[in-house]
Amino acid sequence: MLSRVAERIYWLARYLERAENTARLVSTYHFLLLDLPKGAQVGWRALPVITGGQAQFAERYARADERNTLRFLLADAANPGSLANSVAWARENFRTSREELPGEAWERINELHLFVTEGVASALARGGRFEFLSGVIRRCQQLTGLLHGVMSRGNAYDFIELGRHLERADMTSRVIDIGTQGHPLSDLPRDEAVQLDVHVWTSILKALTAYQMYRKDLRIAVNDTDVAAYLLHDGNFPRSVRHCLNEIEASLGNLPLHGDMLRRVRSASHLLAQIKPAELDAAGLHQGLDGLQIGICAIHEGIRETWFRG
Amino acid sequence: MTINWNLYDPQGGYDELIGAPGTARAPATHLTDWLRSLSDEEIRLRKLNAELAIIDKGVTFTVYSDGENIDRAWPFDIIPRVLPLSEWQWVEAGLKQRLKALNRFIDDLYHEQRVLADGVVPRELIADSKGFRQECVGIHPAHGVWAHVCGSDLVRDADGTLYVLEDNLRVPSGVSYMIENREVTKRVLPELFENVTILPVDDYPERLLAMLQSLSPARGPRHQVAVLTPGIYNSAYFEHAFLARSMGAQLVEGADLVVGKDDTVYMKTIQGLTRVDVIYRRVDDLFLDPEVFNPASVLGVRGLMRAWREGKVALANAPGCGVADDKVIYSYVPDIIRYYLAEEPLLPNVPTYRCLEAADREYVLDNLPTLVVKPANESGGYGMLVGPQSTARERQEFARLLKANPRNYIAQPALKLSTAPTLCDEALEPRHLDLRPFILQGRDTYVTAGGLTRVAMRKGSLVVNSSQGGGSKDTWVVDSENADALPSR
Repeated sequence: MLSRVAERIYWLARYLERAENTARLVSTYHFLLLDLPKGAQVGWRALPVITGGQAQFAERYARADERNTLRFLLADAANPGSLANSVAWARENFRTSREELPGEAWERINELHLFVTEGVASALARGGRFEFLSGVIRRCQQLTGLLHGVMSRGNAYDFIELGRHLERADMTSRVIDIGTQGHPLSDLPRDEAVQLDVHVWTSILKALTAYQMYRKDLRIAVNDTDVAAYLLHDGNFPRSVRHCLNEIEASLGNLPLHGDMLRRVRSASHLLAQIKPAELDAAGLHQGLDGLQIGICAIHEGIRETWFRG
Repeated sequence: MTINWNLYDPQGGYDELIGAPGTARAPATHLTDWLRSLSDEEIRLRKLNAELAIIDKGVTFTVYSDGENIDRAWPFDIIPRVLPLSEWQWVEAGLKQRLKALNRFIDDLYHEQRVLADGVVPRELIADSKGFRQECVGIHPAHGVWAHVCGSDLVRDADGTLYVLEDNLRVPSGVSYMIENREVTKRVLPELFENVTILPVDDYPERLLAMLQSLSPARGPRHQVAVLTPGIYNSAYFEHAFLARSMGAQLVEGADLVVGKDDTVYMKTIQGLTRVDVIYRRVDDLFLDPEVFNPASVLGVRGLMRAWREGKVALANAPGCGVADDKVIYSYVPDIIRYYLAEEPLLPNVPTYRCLEAADREYVLDNLPTLVVKPANESGGYGMLVGPQSTARERQEFARLLKANPRNYIAQPALKLSTAPTLCDEALEPRHLDLRPFILQGRDTYVTAGGLTRVAMRKGSLVVNSSQGGGSKDTWVVDSENADALPSR
């Protein structure tokens, strides 16, 4: 497989996963917002931070309010990580590597692109938001399922898996980090703040579609250390960082010249294993997640150097 | 209200489906009968479904305008153009004959030049030909074939005669649209395929691959084939990707390839460098290799000509084959066929006046209002004078151009191109069309069943190029004898 094509396929998968994750994140925030007591300050500011776009956001918008934040995350053509751009880039990467990918998936990604182009404006108002976001999630899932169901398990599929799991590990670790950010609501009385903690951690679970699985697997109350540990370490849950790293390791093993890459993944794995939420305060957890992020970045760099330089 | 064929008026020209008002030509009767059975609403729906299918499948072509590349949905008319098998067999034989002779001609030009020595084609035509490449002299491509993929344009005049209008030998495009048009027709008019024997067209990628593999310098059953594209901003990128995908070949850009010290072509892959045996190049000659041709080209591969000359890689079409894709050379093709094959040409050329020859030039200058004047080396319908639709000022300008550079112009009588019923805003109306079949030559020769029919969508217009508002139709070669044997519905 051509290096250039491998790179495009890898990015196609990353952008597709990013689009879905962004839709889930915004959707969760939207519902969290509706549950908060009247007058509580909502932390819209956290969203650009999670997606790594805080600098661009600050440059372009004066206020981190609902409308600005959503415009930035969903529709803004100047934000390279906006949902609309993620979908457009996923399509562009697909378009230029079509010979490796199933034709039926091309039709679906065109449809997703059209849906987003035509509908994104409607998501800025609360009324049309849910329908748009769930429409995006459904279409992304459909595509992921289609690729899973019809693609031969060759190198092209390995790069799709690599892109998807790397993006997902990255997003999961960023989302967990919301919980360590000092809650947007900490100026409230103590017992009320605990109540809200539950809301925040429940939302984190929901943003990663982990709520039901967490309940079923752990059968314990939602609390910060257990949620963080579950999302980091539970290898059975497909959006946990552990699961993603395992999958990355498996995909790497199928590709040629993977020696150095395995070392990088194992080093990230080691960083992950060292994060023990039960023994850490918020600052310690944040620090651990920072280290993990650097490990994930190193995997990406390694993929680029090993296979994309040609 | 439904279609009333009695109201359809071919306006005295030759119509591909309707022989006389109310009477369909034999191979088209199933089609016209069935269309008549549809309500207006149903026809509208099928048309809409075709448009949706084209958007869904992402069938596009790229137009360059106002400094921007615009990806447009492929324009398609759902009513097929129908050709009888008996006629087609004749055309097929004629096209094979033509390409064989052209390849003998090109091979001769780059070796002994017997055809010039024997005075069949004037030597000065080659001396100042834009397509002749000194760098190709003495090279021996596999099977002596230079033009491996040819897209010849056929037109039918008012009396029903099919003529070859031109032979596109450089990087002819359109074949992917021929295949996609059939796919769309199968989606939106499936009923028709039950009772009519329509020759399939979707084996083209298989034939193309077999042809390309027959050129490979490598031994053994596996040959690495690559399609070399200028990239996603090329107007035919859709087709490059389509062909690579359907052949299971690599779609490569110049930057994906390197030529090693061993004069072998490699592509950069996730395994490292791997050898390439055959390149179906869709990049023009002059951009192929900055070492030999345009030094500023970023589309090509440094050293590619060296690798080809050494026989380490096959290039299709071979560099230099464009020497025969010249409208003045075209006028000699019947003589070229007689010279190399000792056969009479099966398909006629459109009568052509060579402005190079004094008598012809005089005739052309005296008769500009009735002629079409074409430059020798342009494609896409650019730089032409269509006499009957021209202004006096345009004719003056062309007379000047023609006298200044007679070698560069030919003229032909303005043909009244045949028409076929086409769905226009309100009703079915006749629209002019042409046909581009694709011919392959490697170890064997092959011709597509039909080809790409292009339609001038504007009333009365003769310009079929998609870059200039042309549309397209599915093209059916119908085996009527078989169809009649089936019970009719």
